[in-house]
This record gives sequence, structure tokens and C-alpha cells, in this order.
Amino acid sequence: MKQQELENSKEYKYGFTTDIESIRAPKGLNEDVIKFISNIKQEPKWMLDWRLKAYSRLKNLKEPNWQKPKYPKINYQDLYYYSAPKSSSNKPKSLSEVDPKLIETYKKLGIPLQEQKRLSGVAVDAVFDSVSVATTFKEELTKKGIIFCPISEAIRKHPELVKKYLGSVIPITDHYFATLNSAVFTDGSFVYIPEGVRCPMELSTYFRINASETGQFERTLIIADKDSYVSYLEGCTAPMRDENQLHAANVELVALDNAEIKYSTVQNWYPGDKDGKGGIYNFVTKRGACRGKNSKISWTQVETGSAITWKYPSCILQGDNSVGEFYSIAITNNHQKADTGTKMIHLGKNTKSKIISKGISAGFADNTYRGLVKVSSNATNARNYTQCDSLLMGNKCGAHTIPYIENKNSTANIEHEATTSKISDEQLFYCNQRGLNQEEAVSLIVNGFCKEVLQQLPMEFAVEAQKLVGISLEGSVG
Amino acid sequence: MLDIKNLNASIDGKKILQNFNLKINKGEVHAIMGPNGSGKSTLANVLAGRKGYEIEGKVLYEDENLLELPIEERAQKGIFLAFQYPIEIPGVNTNNFLKTSLNATLKFKGLKELDSLDFLKLVKEKSKNLKIEEKILSRQLNVGFSGGEKKKNEILQMTILEPKLAILDETDSGLDIDALKIVSEGVNSLRNNGRSFLIITHYQRLLDYIKPDFVHVLVNGKIVKTGSSDLALELEKDGYEGVSAIK
Repeated sequence: MKQQELENSKEYKYGFTTDIESIRAPKGLNEDVIKFISNIKQEPKWMLDWRLKAYSRLKNLKEPNWQKPKYPKINYQDLYYYSAPKSSSNKPKSLSEVDPKLIETYKKLGIPLQEQKRLSGVAVDAVFDSVSVATTFKEELTKKGIIFCPISEAIRKHPELVKKYLGSVIPITDHYFATLNSAVFTDGSFVYIPEGVRCPMELSTYFRINASETGQFERTLIIADKDSYVSYLEGCTAPMRDENQLHAANVELVALDNAEIKYSTVQNWYPGDKDGKGGIYNFVTKRGACRGKNSKISWTQVETGSAITWKYPSCILQGDNSVGEFYSIAITNNHQKADTGTKMIHLGKNTKSKIISKGISAGFADNTYRGLVKVSSNATNARNYTQCDSLLMGNKCGAHTIPYIENKNSTANIEHEATTSKISDEQLFYCNQRGLNQEEAVSLIVNGFCKEVLQQLPMEFAVEAQKLVGISLEGSVG
Repeated sequence: MLDIKNLNASIDGKKILQNFNLKINKGEVHAIMGPNGSGKSTLANVLAGRKGYEIEGKVLYEDENLLELPIEERAQKGIFLAFQYPIEIPGVNTNNFLKTSLNATLKFKGLKELDSLDFLKLVKEKSKNLKIEEKILSRQLNVGFSGGEKKKNEILQMTILEPKLAILDETDSGLDIDALKIVSEGVNSLRNNGRSFLIITHYQRLLDYIKPDFVHVLVNGKIVKTGSSDLALELEKDGYEGVSAIK
């Protein structure tokens, strides 16, 4: 009985599928499919043109292959690029019109969308496959002039903002996956915080992949106008499937003068089974521009899921005195692989960046930190502090740290520290002797190891993330 | 409480404990003394359940076969080992470790777990008795602690967990005379009819402060002599060789 319970607890809790009728674009990638997506989203012509421009560019690009985790070739013609629950084809006006099956799905995921059960102090945008199904607290936010809506809605309702900023941080010509996303992106969140406004609650998007053989191409754009502040959090899960599914998102952040954006991710896509079968390919481009003076962008990520995680949330520090931060926990167990880190590009004067990366490897997993700190010739008095710590469990996993430093200014001050350690048998014995079982001991040690990063998460999510850290490593020792 | 019968323990084929026998009743304090390499620490480790030993023989703890229990269950059932070299765990806050440990034990006993406030109250009181500076408790577990601080921290954990059988593995080593007194007072304050102690030490010094009911001399994995606390004084005078020769 006890063994049975243990087995169950180790399974991926979010691995269920929702049986719901969906509308799909025809399989494959071509101009017609892009037109189909644009049409079903009722997009203006400029948006379609933008997509097609990206698509024509894509034809001349090759998939990058310099990353450490290799994967079998993806057949891009064998994927669906759009899938949406049929019931939401006419965007529901209110929650009472949302398909109960969808509400039930999010309830199972711990994200209540109903009025009476909403997460207090957190506004949620729920994205299911290719569409946003519900956004909570809209009215309250509107009163402050804050726009928080699906990006497909923003394209129709706020074209001036979208036109101005979309692609301004990640140009459509950037690289293969970013360009692919620009051509076929389906939904994601749009946030605009007006000048002088401090967003009164956490904004959060919950991404769910449900349909099979479907790629999810999320696009998120967050703009913090002068003297504003916003804290945003995204969470992700997907059903257990034998096939690998692609999630290629683009996230762009823009912070103007004195503005601050705090962006947190708790990524728990399906990681594949014990033997490495199935799981999400999480190939994501995240980039923030500290465009104004004294602006600040802070990325915090807890990456526990996905078969392969491949992303570098970056900061372009254009404004003088701007600050970029990157706090990361990447946990890989079984056959999971991660190649993640950040880029801090110092362009303005007195710019500062801080990188704290904690990589944890167990089982047969492979975990790479890869990061770039670049200081341009005009960026006088740039400061960077980087700390990369790796923790190994067992002797079949790997950890790698690959820091790149390009410095063109002699006034720069760049520090890099790296450590690699192992959870020792002595540490486990000590914890066991104090009454903790193996899982509790590992969770305690690992949470201690990641503490500096966990502390950066919004309080509402820190506890959840701590639990997730423990669960992700269940069964990795003993 | 504890009945060790014909216990043999070896590591990589090398015999360390040989037909070791010892019985500890409730409320008794036993001291085990012996030269380096006589098997003292092995005895402590085997009782606590540390892996890596080949073991034969029988150990009954409160009428249960101790050797079959997992390490954490032995701890939850009241066996506490004060480590000779307390382990450093970077990143883990000392207070948090103590609380997690206490709550695991309370939970096992079916008692209510302590919340942060109640726990802090408890730890404040206990650490004051041991003259432990509070700021140490917010540091990472044993990281950067002095030798004395580490040992005091072990005794603090013991007073909080209130074990039934406490095994002290050379707790006196590395302590100055003031710390030795404080630690001994900590141990003495826990002595009662229901709680037993197994105190492992090299030197008689500790036994000036903690008066044992029995002293055993361990040589080459076997008890060669058992006596009252006077035996410790004899040892101090004649050395281990002298005492084992008497036998």
C-alpha cells in the first residue's frame, strides 16, 4: 500500500488530458496556415503582413545546433500550428460562457477561474493550446489604465501599442525559433502599465498544452511605461504523451524610464517518462529591454519540467543606470536536459547586472549553464556579478558551466564565481538521523541550495515552487 | 531499552566489532572508553543505522529488531546520535533544520507539529541554557561554526528532540573547559528515569561532569572490562594497555 502511494506521488500530477472538441489548422507550415491563423484571430492586414514577412525570412534560416542537448530532427510539416477548443471559437464574453470543461481543467491544475474562488491578489490569463480562454480581474485593472489581455485581443484593440513594441526587442529576423514564432504565434499575454502606475496585483498567465501533435507558440509582450512597476508570473503544464511536443515562445519586455518589470516563471511542462520518452521541447526566446534610464528588469525562473529546456532570458541594458537580474533554478532528473542561462548586454553607462544560477542534476540528466556578459565600449562603469552553482546527485548526471565574457570597456567590473558540489552520503545520513526520510532530506538540502532564487519569487508562488523542487527530485536517491 | 547481542561489524572485510555485547536499561548512563580504532564510533554508527557495514548479530531496542529499521525510523523512535564531526549543509538554515527535524519526530508520534512562533520560543529557551548565541541559529547548518559551536549545536538538537536513547560520540573532543561544563550540564539536565545515554569518549575528563553508572573499556571491538565510574580514573592512571592487561 505504502509502496503504491509512493509510486503514485512520483507521477506527473498534471499529466491528464482534457477531452474537448477542438478546431485545428490543417497540418503543416505554409502561407495558407499562417493566413488561417491570422484570419481566425480576426487580425488586421498589417499583422498578417508581419507574419508573412517572418515566414519568408524563415525559409532562409537554419535551425541552430550549437546547444548541448541534441534532439531528433523535428518535422515542421508534421505539426499542427493552431488548435483551439471549439467552444471558444466565439470568444466568450464572460466566465459564465466559458466551457465548463475548461474551467474544470484549470481547477484541476490549481488555477481557479470562477469569480468566488479566484486567487486573491493575482490576476490570471489562462491560455489553452492556441487561445486564451479567460482573464480574471480585468475590470479592476482597467480602472487603473492597465491593459492585461490576450495578445490576439491587443492586436485588435490596441494596435498602436502592439505595432510600436512587437518585435522591437526580438526582431522577426532574430533566429530560427524566434522567427518561426513570429510567423505562427497564436496567443499569449499582453500587458501595458501606464506611466506612474504601480500594478496593484500579480499578473499571471497559465499556459496549458492539451492537444496532441500540436506546437504551442506563445507570444507575450509586456510594456512598463515611465515610473511604473509590474510583477508578472507564468506557469506551464502539459499532459503526458509519448511524443515530444514543441513549445517555442517569444517573450518581449520593455521598461521605460524608472520602470521595473519583475518576470517570474515556474515551468513544469511534462518532462517525459523515466526512460526519457516523450516530454516537451521548451525552446524559448525571452528578452527584455531596459530602454529607459534607471529602469530594471528582473527574470526569475524555476525550470523543473520539459524533456529539453533551451532558453536564455536576457536583458539589454540600454538606459543609463539600468539594472538587469537573472535568478534561475534548473532541475533536471531522469533523462531531462537543460541548456539555459542569460545574456546581459551592457550598453548604457553605470549599468548593473546580477546573475544567480542554480543547476541541479540527478539521474541521467545533463544540465548546462550558458551565459554571456557583454560590455560595449560606451558602457562606462558597468558592473556584473555572476554566481553559478551546480549540485549533482548520483554519478550518472552531468553539470556544465559555460560563461562568455566580452568586455570592451576598461572601467567594467565583472565577477564570476562558480561551484560544483554533490549531495554527500554524510549529509543524507545526518538528516536521516534527525528523523527525515530520504525525500525530505533531499528536498531540504536542495531548497537550501536554491534559497537565494526561491526568495525572489512572489510570495503566493514561493511555497508552491518549494514543493515542486522537492517533487521533481523524488526517487532520485537511494 | 537496548540489548546488543553478539554484534559483529566489519567494513570492507575488516572486522571492527567482534561479538560485542551490551545491555542498557532505562535511565542508565553508560560510558564506553577505548583507544583509537577500538570500534567506538563504529558502534555508534551501527546503532544509528549508517550504511556501509557488514553486520551480524542482534540488537533489540524496546523489544524491536533495531537493525531492520530505516535510519529515520530509529531517530523518530527516540535514538539520537550526537556526531563526532557534525556535518555541514550549506544553504540550510540551522533553525529551519531543527524545526523540520522536530516536526518529523512529532508527526511520527502523532503529535501536533509546532508552528514557527512556538518553535522559536522553544529554541530560544533551550539555546539560552546552552549559552548558544541566537545569531548562530540563523546561519547555515554547521557552516563556519567553530568546533565548540558545532558540538553545542548537537546538544541543542538533543535537548529539543528529547530522545529516549542518546549516543554521544566523542562530544567532548574539541571543547574547551567552559564549553565542556555547559555541554555536560545540558546532558545532566536531560537525565531521568526514562532516558538512557551511551557516552563514547577517549578521556576521563568528561566523566568528571557526567557521572556514568557504568564504564566499559573497548579494545579491538570487544568490551574487555566493565566497572563503575572509578574505572575511568583507573584508566586515566594506567592507560588502556594497563587496564586490558589486568584482565
